[in-house]
Amino acid sequence: MNAIIISALMGVLLMFASMATSNKQIIKNVAIVALLFLLCSNIADTYSWCTIKVNTRDMFVFTKFGLYFNSLAIAATLIYVLLSGNEIIKTGNYAAEYFTLIFFVLCGISILSSFNNLLMMFLGIEIMSIPLYILTGSAKKNLKSNEAALKYFLMGSFSTGILLMGIALVYGASGTFDIHQVAPIGANGLQHAPLLEVIGLLLIFSAMLFKVSAAPFHFWAPDVYDGSPSVFSSFMMTIVKAAGFIALINLFYIKADSLAQLWKILLFIVIIVTLVVGNITAIFQQSVKRMMAYSSIAQAGFMLFALYAINDVSKEGILLYAVAYTLATVGIFAILVKIEDYTLEGYNGLAKTQPMLAFVNAIFVFSLAGIPLTAGFFAKYYMLAAVIKTGGNAGIVLVIIGVIFAAVSVYYYFKILQAMYFNEGDAKVNNVSAGFKYGLFLLALTIIFIGIFPDTLINWFYF
Amino acid sequence: MPVQYYIYLALALFSIGIIGVLTRRNTIIVFMCIELMLNAVNLLLVAFSKMHHHAAYLQNKASVVGSEGQLFVFFIMVVAAAEVSVGLAIIVMLYRNTHSVDINFLNRLKN
Repeated sequence: MNAIIISALMGVLLMFASMATSNKQIIKNVAIVALLFLLCSNIADTYSWCTIKVNTRDMFVFTKFGLYFNSLAIAATLIYVLLSGNEIIKTGNYAAEYFTLIFFVLCGISILSSFNNLLMMFLGIEIMSIPLYILTGSAKKNLKSNEAALKYFLMGSFSTGILLMGIALVYGASGTFDIHQVAPIGANGLQHAPLLEVIGLLLIFSAMLFKVSAAPFHFWAPDVYDGSPSVFSSFMMTIVKAAGFIALINLFYIKADSLAQLWKILLFIVIIVTLVVGNITAIFQQSVKRMMAYSSIAQAGFMLFALYAINDVSKEGILLYAVAYTLATVGIFAILVKIEDYTLEGYNGLAKTQPMLAFVNAIFVFSLAGIPLTAGFFAKYYMLAAVIKTGGNAGIVLVIIGVIFAAVSVYYYFKILQAMYFNEGDAKVNNVSAGFKYGLFLLALTIIFIGIFPDTLINWFYF
Repeated sequence: MPVQYYIYLALALFSIGIIGVLTRRNTIIVFMCIELMLNAVNLLLVAFSKMHHHAAYLQNKASVVGSEGQLFVFFIMVVAAAEVSVGLAIIVMLYRNTHSVDINFLNRLKN
């Protein structure tokens, strides 16, 4: 409960911070301190050192998994603010409000990681999404940002409508919003109650696929990630997307039984389509930002493996994958916002002008592509291992397709490397401070460390 | 009155909403169609809640089963209001920059 309450309070605090001072640097520092406090309070909650007790009437179940994910999400946000904080406050005139909205998103995330009731899931998704609509449109004079905001908003609320319809049908079939409770069959006089529940769950599933931008509901994703200010698109496609997957896992690790065979068939198709669409379209992109948007669809395909395989390994794997993917993407975007030209040509010759930036960017790219010795390798390994553990011929086919598309992704990720190291040119980079470089270097070291000792991250889950 | 009629009405409203979102070109009307979808869900929830309550009432006169469905409706209303405030702000921002609320504007980012 700590994370939910304190993140909302910190959001309000930052809203008032803009009244107290107009100095943007001070506001940024307040946000960093608030994030640290939030992280500490969530860790205290995890080990029950200091917990705000609220009688939630079983609407929440605080598991180690959810609380640990909260810590990871908050820590990732802290890293993100430390690296890109200066870009956030430069987006517009309302520095404090951007941080406020980020805190509200974190509040939604911490609801999503531990809900036990469809009402709380709906509220969590909305609390997470509504601030994002605003953040997407935060560059008010920029037409692309406006367009992305409108598109994201219309698509997002459309999917909310579908989600609500699904929840209503599940309620009609089972008579409860509790996800653990199973209703007695035939108690309510409806003839086709099981069918109603299946349709409802399918609607909820497709609405959630909207939120995590998995095919066939990915159409909004490239445009929105491309159009919104770069700092915020890196936040949206890492931490927020990971939270969407945690919500899916919380719900469907319990409810997948109701769908029986249909669940595996459906997921099999969704995973393959997502991998194909994400990877193949990413190959043809000239803009690095847009390529990252498509690659985030492809990565969502890999994270869906955790839903296909419902076991311990996949729970560890999704945490590792979320961390590996988040750290690498946040790093790449921290560099991307400093580079003047977002196209691949803009990266030409970065190794000559900024050898340090090119080197850390290479490590981030390695991690996303899943090269050994980086975090991304073990993330993909755990995902595939989880699917193998569930067994079945369809699982083997999925693993083979996953490996093939991991190889395809190497091709377009390495285009960035090629531009940086082998193409002639002088990449223009805006003011890069020494502290920023050291920060990126530490981030790259973290990725390599997790890549060599993935257990350090996972053991905390049990410890 | 059997609950089926309410379900059909709610599904009809919901379908009208979806068709409206997919076919209309004016952002405000698309937005209204989304609201229509949400309200169809409200109707459905209330109908189901009454249905569950009725089934439980026959067994036990003091039953409160079914009240949570109606509580959910309040939450949907509040969230829909929050969404409206954000959405209209976005549409106004767009109108200031382009002097149009046509949805074809959304195709500019494609290339």
